[in-house]
Amino acid sequence: MTTNVDAILAQYDGAQRDSLIPILQQVQAAEGYLSQDAIVRIGEKLNLPTSKIYGVATFYNQFRFQPQGKNHFMVCRGTACHVKGSGKLLEKLSQATGVEPGKTSRDGLFSIEVVACMGACALAPAISISDHFYPKVTPSKIDQLLVEMRSEPEKN
Amino acid sequence: MIQIEVDNITIEAKEGETILNALQRNGINVPTLCHMEDLLPSGACRICVVEVEGMRGLVPSCSYPVSAGMKIKSRSPRVINARKTVTQLLLANHPDDCLYCNRSANCELQDLSVELGVRQRLYKGERTKSRLDVSSPSIVRDPDKCILCGRCIRACEEIQTVSAIDFIRRGSKAAVGTAFDTGLNVSSCINCGQCVVVCPTGALTERSNVEDVLAALSDPNKVVVVQHAPAISVTIAEEFGVKAGSDYDGKLVAALRRMGFDRVFDTSFSADLTIMEEGSELVDRIKNSGVLPMITSCSPGWIKFVETFFPELLPNVSSCKSPQQMLGALIKTFYAEHQGLDPDNIVSVSIMPCTAKKFEAKRAEFSYQNRQDVDYVLTTRELAQLMRMTGVNMDQLPPDSADNPFGERSSAGKIFGASGGVMEAALRSAHYLLTGDELSELKIPALRGSKDRKEVFLEVGGTKIGVAVVSGLGNARSLMEEIKAGRDDIHFIEVMACPNGCVGGGGQPIGVDREAVKERMKTLYTIDRDDSLRLSHKNEQVLRLYKEYLGEPLGEKSHALLHTHYRTREVLR
Repeated sequence: MTTNVDAILAQYDGAQRDSLIPILQQVQAAEGYLSQDAIVRIGEKLNLPTSKIYGVATFYNQFRFQPQGKNHFMVCRGTACHVKGSGKLLEKLSQATGVEPGKTSRDGLFSIEVVACMGACALAPAISISDHFYPKVTPSKIDQLLVEMRSEPEKN
Repeated sequence: MIQIEVDNITIEAKEGETILNALQRNGINVPTLCHMEDLLPSGACRICVVEVEGMRGLVPSCSYPVSAGMKIKSRSPRVINARKTVTQLLLANHPDDCLYCNRSANCELQDLSVELGVRQRLYKGERTKSRLDVSSPSIVRDPDKCILCGRCIRACEEIQTVSAIDFIRRGSKAAVGTAFDTGLNVSSCINCGQCVVVCPTGALTERSNVEDVLAALSDPNKVVVVQHAPAISVTIAEEFGVKAGSDYDGKLVAALRRMGFDRVFDTSFSADLTIMEEGSELVDRIKNSGVLPMITSCSPGWIKFVETFFPELLPNVSSCKSPQQMLGALIKTFYAEHQGLDPDNIVSVSIMPCTAKKFEAKRAEFSYQNRQDVDYVLTTRELAQLMRMTGVNMDQLPPDSADNPFGERSSAGKIFGASGGVMEAALRSAHYLLTGDELSELKIPALRGSKDRKEVFLEVGGTKIGVAVVSGLGNARSLMEEIKAGRDDIHFIEVMACPNGCVGGGGQPIGVDREAVKERMKTLYTIDRDDSLRLSHKNEQVLRLYKEYLGEPLGEKSHALLHTHYRTREVLR
């Protein structure tokens, strides 16, 4: 875990605060989220207080502070999906899983991320679950998917 | 100097200064919210907008520089309307609970809406419903009342270099919060309260102990003992509209008695005691090659700062408790024994210009036989509230003097309230301890005043001693970095967490009124100039205490009651 962060920070020798966002992005790509430990290390590297890093990271939707769930939902909130009812979809998903956007359920089964556009406007409203795309999703489709995921036996 | 035209009048302005500065110097009032004197402009709130000819939009005067020939309108209908709209937008999601707000009648947002004639809620924004953060023993945060001006963040970051808080999230969900949005108590907050004094609204307030103290005062079975810090007597009157720098020492004591406190003591007494212990500790460290420089330990915000950010320097910090805790410890031991009181029946209250003292009083280190040395701490503001609640009017009371044995003080103890005062008091006594002679001139001008850093090098009995005084933790941080880097010409450092020391403390009247702080400081030094007893080691009651109870400075009893230890704090820095 921490070796990821160390390896990334090693690429940023002598870096200043303007490198913060690229570092955050790389760390999240490597670890799936920004852990407290990672933020502390980044702060030490760039000489920035953790409150400031947390402030920057929470400004953007892309950063998360909990590991992704086994089923990571990305809900598109781009214009086309919005018109096709992605707002309702997100609400439904959030309510059915008990997970707020950006968070992960306690059992680690679900996590939700909101993205601006997945480039699949013709298939709106679109979501992806752990990098697998689902076109023209309806609330009842969500229900169905959740039932399947919940009944799925413990794999690997 | 350049000339600019404001509302058809020509005024002089300095090249490079902001429009706001030029206007204010020329007696033109411009409302501000996010603006903080001496800090870089932030231009966040837009309440200070003015019209500049040739510019399309309105210009924030706090962050826009003047230029020659600039034509400004500071009170055109467009300007006033914009300011009014800004205020109305700030009010759009503000809880309408002014009647129940700690800051009612002392609120900049309220003032603005009065000044601008806001008489109805024009916009209705979605109200945020956050939980109060009551996790800290010193500071309560009510994010719903926050207008996101950012003054607390800048005080915390730019003045104190603590950065416990910052803006988090975005848009309508934006708020001021800690790293990972935790409670203040587990953040790197050092409880100094500088955020509270700069907050324009009721979003940041002290954790009040007024009710606890009232309850104790009305309990006939309790002996309620109070101590007041050196900076209180020169500040409290301001809360009642008296001009800054008025010393109400005697009237303060009389008022405390009138409110029902059974004994009234003066923390300046234990400041003298601190000098005896700390002075002896310094002499001991110098003579026996102990860890130098030694750093003072009176300011609890500073202590938490060093524990959090410079744990490697903890061996440098004096092991002396602060004057508040020394007196607290003595009240429940020596004094209780002496008076035949059951320490469990004593409620020990202290009046402090400080929110960090509330935290200090609750520290596990500051208890003796499972009793906290001090039970409740009231800030200057809470004391004023208690006086109003109980209807005690200081002005009509004849001055009274504090009770013995902890009522007598030297003026060396009194100047603890100003940055540099502890050092001056300590040098007076250290000189005596090292040489057996008194300093020929007790006043050490280089240690006085509001400078960021004060350094003095002097010869005491053949030893060259370097001392440094800093206030404001940003200044402390830069000095600590020098010490860490190997600077070794300094033997003794005084640090006060708040700018200018306790007179500018986080428990003092709301608003950073630099002139008022200066006046408070001046009064402390006037008291010292005119006092007949100006040396801590000449305080008869202190000497008696050693003779009858403590033995000698740094002795066994002293160690048990008057000294402490510190710990490294593992928090998100």
